[in-house]
Amino acid sequence: MTGKIVYARSKGFFERFERRPGAIKDNMHYCPGCGHGILHKLIAEVISDYNIQDKTIFISPVGCSVFAYYYFDCFGISVPHGRAPAVATGLVRANPDNIVISYQGDGDLGAIGFNNFIQAANRGENIAVFFVNNAIYGMTGGQMAPTTLPGQKTQTSPFGRSVTNEGYPLKVSEMVAALDSPVYVERTALSSVRNIMNARKAVRKALRNTIDKKGFSMVEFLSGCPINLKMNAREMNEFIDNQMSNYFPLGCLKDIADSRDPIKRPEGVYNSRQVIDVLYPVKVQKGVAPDFRNPSRIFEKERRIKIAGFGGQGVLSLGMMIATMSKLRNFNVSWLPSYGPEMRGGTANCSVVLSREPVGSPVVDKECNLLIALNQPSLDKFLPELKTNGVLIYDSSTIEPPNCGDRIVYAVKASDIAKRIGDLKYANSVILGTLSVVMEDYFLEGADKQDFDRTFEEAIMDCFSSKQSVIQLNIDAFYAGKQAVFKENQPDGAADNYGDCAVKNK
Amino acid sequence: MKNNKLYTVIIKPEECKGCERCVNACPKSVLKMGEQLNFMGVPYAYYIGDGCIGCAACFYTCPEPGAITIIEKSEEGS
Ligand SMILES: Cc1ncc(C[n+]2csc(CCOP(=O)(O)OP(=O)(O)O)c2C)c(N)n1
Ligand code: SF4
Ligand code: SF4
Ligand code: SF4
Ligand SMILES: [Mg+2]
Repeated sequence: MTGKIVYARSKGFFERFERRPGAIKDNMHYCPGCGHGILHKLIAEVISDYNIQDKTIFISPVGCSVFAYYYFDCFGISVPHGRAPAVATGLVRANPDNIVISYQGDGDLGAIGFNNFIQAANRGENIAVFFVNNAIYGMTGGQMAPTTLPGQKTQTSPFGRSVTNEGYPLKVSEMVAALDSPVYVERTALSSVRNIMNARKAVRKALRNTIDKKGFSMVEFLSGCPINLKMNAREMNEFIDNQMSNYFPLGCLKDIADSRDPIKRPEGVYNSRQVIDVLYPVKVQKGVAPDFRNPSRIFEKERRIKIAGFGGQGVLSLGMMIATMSKLRNFNVSWLPSYGPEMRGGTANCSVVLSREPVGSPVVDKECNLLIALNQPSLDKFLPELKTNGVLIYDSSTIEPPNCGDRIVYAVKASDIAKRIGDLKYANSVILGTLSVVMEDYFLEGADKQDFDRTFEEAIMDCFSSKQSVIQLNIDAFYAGKQAVFKENQPDGAADNYGDCAVKNK
Repeated sequence: MKNNKLYTVIIKPEECKGCERCVNACPKSVLKMGEQLNFMGVPYAYYIGDGCIGCAACFYTCPEPGAITIIEKSEEGS
């Protein structure tokens, strides 16, 4: 027989689905009669017809279409549940020439991912969203979706969806069409051939808009999940055409692409050197050669540090400065913040571990070597975790002298000194100064003694490199904290700021 | 003109999942479900061999990428 092939497997699909595990490599994993397959064919056809396979990125969602990347011969990415529009945003912002398809189910888009979706729509991201509304969570075995029809029985609405209990189905297309940014919104159905052909046109239109950079386009597809709805092909189409379309009317809800100019986003910064200059404007010679090792024996063991105080006291950045200092001297470090839901006013603490070996657990909850407490509750809470020969540094502006047994205790009026320098927020650098004295007094040997002041300064510069104006003040605070200790240790004592730093139990 | 069939349709048994969408959609009722099972264990659709008008209804309604191929025949035998 001679003849010309007029309709056949699209070039938009791989020739064989080699990524699909198991013996079946020619057809897809969907159940018989599933709407996903019908739509996949429409999409494959258009990416091949428009010749855009080499710049199309198809995002596979979570849901039955999670493996869509087995099939499309273009770029693909799998994303967590509901996150396709967020990932799509990154893809298209990073390279505006990417043609990004966000393919999503009604659970994915309408439930867990609705905010991701509606915000991307409202930003007018230049992407095409293909929204498969099958009124059910297909993949997980037929639970109620936001789009499940009133009265529809599902695993989780066994008596039928009750609008008095679960509310009415979510009309996604109507909601997104009400926004100003989206350019094209149409609801179609994967039921009769006539409806499928309309859906085909809508897919083409949406991708044409994306190619022309017109912005956000969405096509909703009323689709069949014959397995979970326990219907044959005929019943499935009837359900879509009568019941679903009744609640979700078909048609174009918005098409203003012609009146919109192609999107032009502000030019980004793509040069990594430039990005570093923008983010970290201060350039200092920091750190040491890669093979440098501080000789002091103290560092033979892992050092576990807890810093705790009031949110907003600079607890986390104090931890960051200590971690940075250690990093700049080639230690392995971890920095783990922990704070309440409130940014300011609650308690905050962070765990810092520094070690010559890789750090095992970043959590410091017992066997703590150094505790820095910036308020009374933190001291009371964490003191029991400090080892008996550990070191406590506390802010004696606000904290009562504790009963510490054999521990080494340093008190510094960090808040008072910081206020004198200009702002309470410098208290953390004052503490850093105290820490440097503790280290000199007890732990550092030989060249480390001189080296560590420079390290502290470098750490301050590094941590505040995006706020150049405060670097000098923090360095001043550091030396003030150091000074306070030094004066106390003068044999004559009785310096002006007596009590700013009292070394006890030494 | 002996042969006035300008189109023919091929259904690959091993790619058909037997959903019957094509059978329901064909305006000429020239597709039927068979009795035999393919290697996946499902009955598959087949073309009765005559009467296809190449409308592609079956092609677009079929969820499988390559189960259906439609061929426009050259006018042999006329
Ligand atoms: C974060 C997360 N939450 C929940 C799940 C479980 N889960 C998998 S698929 C799915 C629903 C899928 O429904 P839908 O998006 O409508 O896709 P369909 O299978 O119907 O095409 C859920 C809740 C998950 N995988 N990940
Ligand atoms: S469960 Fe439903 S949506 Fe999922 S593949 Fe099967 S028919 Fe399709
Ligand atoms: S192309 Fe049209 S006429 Fe031919 S088998 Fe398919 S549906 Fe029937
Ligand atoms: S529509 Fe496709 S999968 Fe379904 S019976 Fe017909 S050929 Fe088979
Ligand atoms: Mg669904």
